[in-house]
Amino acid sequence: MKQSIFTIESNQNIAKAVYKMVLKGDTCGIACGQFINIQIDGLYLRRPISVFDYDEKTVTIIYKAVGAGTEKMAEMKAGEKLDILTGLGNGYDVSKSGDMPLLIGGGVGVPPLYNLCKKLIEKGAKPSVILGFNTKDEVFCKEEFEALGVKTTVTTADGSEGIKGFVTNAIEDGYTYFYTCGPEPMLKAVYDATNTSGQFSFEERMGCGFGACMGCSCKTKYGNKRICKDGPVLEKEEIIW
Amino acid sequence: MVNTKVTLSGIELSNPIIPASGTFGYGYEFAELYDINCLGSFSFKGTTLEPRFGNPTPRIAECTSGLINSVGLQNPGVDKVISEELPKLKEVFNKKVVANICGFSTEEYVKVCEKLNDEEQIGWFEVNISCPNVHGGGMSFGTDPKCAAEVTKAVKAISKKPVYIKLSPNVTNIVEIAKACEDAGADGISLINTLLGMRIDLKTKKPVIFNKMGGFSGDAIKPVAIRMVYQVYEAVKIPIIGLGGISTAEDVIEMMLAGATAVQVGTANLVNPCACKEIIDNLPKVMEKYNIKNLSDIIGGAHNG
Repeated sequence: MKQSIFTIESNQNIAKAVYKMVLKGDTCGIACGQFINIQIDGLYLRRPISVFDYDEKTVTIIYKAVGAGTEKMAEMKAGEKLDILTGLGNGYDVSKSGDMPLLIGGGVGVPPLYNLCKKLIEKGAKPSVILGFNTKDEVFCKEEFEALGVKTTVTTADGSEGIKGFVTNAIEDGYTYFYTCGPEPMLKAVYDATNTSGQFSFEERMGCGFGACMGCSCKTKYGNKRICKDGPVLEKEEIIW
Repeated sequence: MVNTKVTLSGIELSNPIIPASGTFGYGYEFAELYDINCLGSFSFKGTTLEPRFGNPTPRIAECTSGLINSVGLQNPGVDKVISEELPKLKEVFNKKVVANICGFSTEEYVKVCEKLNDEEQIGWFEVNISCPNVHGGGMSFGTDPKCAAEVTKAVKAISKKPVYIKLSPNVTNIVEIAKACEDAGADGISLINTLLGMRIDLKTKKPVIFNKMGGFSGDAIKPVAIRMVYQVYEAVKIPIIGLGGISTAEDVIEMMLAGATAVQVGTANLVNPCACKEIIDNLPKVMEKYNIKNLSDIIGGAHNG
């Protein structure tokens, strides 16, 4: 964990209520699949947001304006400074992917899969991606994944873009492993619809975001875990629904 | 040069800053950010006889200037605290710690105390009779003077360390409870624990927290804490550890003026993990600003004249 000040480079609306924010600062503590925790003026708790991508100088997040915190973030302008905790959570383990991992994201669960996809390509795997949304207006990141040269399938619940239905309607056999992030009902559906091992990235209401308060604990087959510290990524074998 | 030392039941602290139980884990998350040996001491996560998972989630609700938690005393149980947590803590913290203990019966408090009695790292016991998040234990002891006295007496009878009783603010008469603890032999009082609170989600029209209610803490509760420490200081002779909404060096001084010998910092750690270090770094400057040479001189200062 690191605490430092980041400067907003850009903050743009990329889909219905969805924003992409690029932050400049010290990124050396960040690993694939981790999240950052952002302090927002006037609000008591920090806001935990997953990392879409990062390099030596910047970290990019994609978030949906759904509450007091993210709505304030949506109003922020380039040049503003934010106090951020980085290097939070365990992140994805790419070593288990096999050659043909499947990445399944739903809504704001899509962003953390992007950096993961890059990491998997770097290590020589051939990932494919399923992105699930409610409707066409909410679709984002499709072009970014396609630009990585991976097979990208979009599903929408109302059929306004891509395959009509849920991410589970688009799962095809042949994958060696899977990684998924999204709302809990989707994660459960993915759990039931998949036939390999895999990793799930969970969301929970957090207090601190770094393991101190025990606000986001869950029970697993491997014992009690804190989503913020021992998660957010859990392996399929340990999950208790 | 100002002097920040205080003495708590015969043990000297380099400064009065103590992270509060349940907001600092067993220390090592914070040791990643700074050398926690700068702390006066720290109060570890409330420990029960058996391991506890605690309450279902959501356990956290944000409030204006604070938060509600209903963690429910999640902890690995006293045996694991001794075999795993204390040895790990020793690697990052070389001072005496406050052992926060909790139970569902007087016997349980006694058993937990007995097991921890010979641990050298422990300087004091802090008997939590004020947790609002468990049923049939915790706060029910802290809201009745007779029960509070009974637990105090039982733990005091076997404890080899000074015993502080952590009190609940969710009572009509805090002074009566504090006096009952003092009369039963308590070496000191910690106050306040969290205030019972609740939030409702406008979208779902249901309570945010699974257990509906939880303990409210953070900046917003400081005036309540100051008031209760002030009242209790007038009524008892034993030292008080003041806590509730402390997040700055100024808050520490205010709490000590009310009557606290040492001060715990709780919820502030969760939003600013460097809160305690920043308070300790700022304390000498703030003392100079208010012409304070010896911090211990100001304890109860607001009561003079």
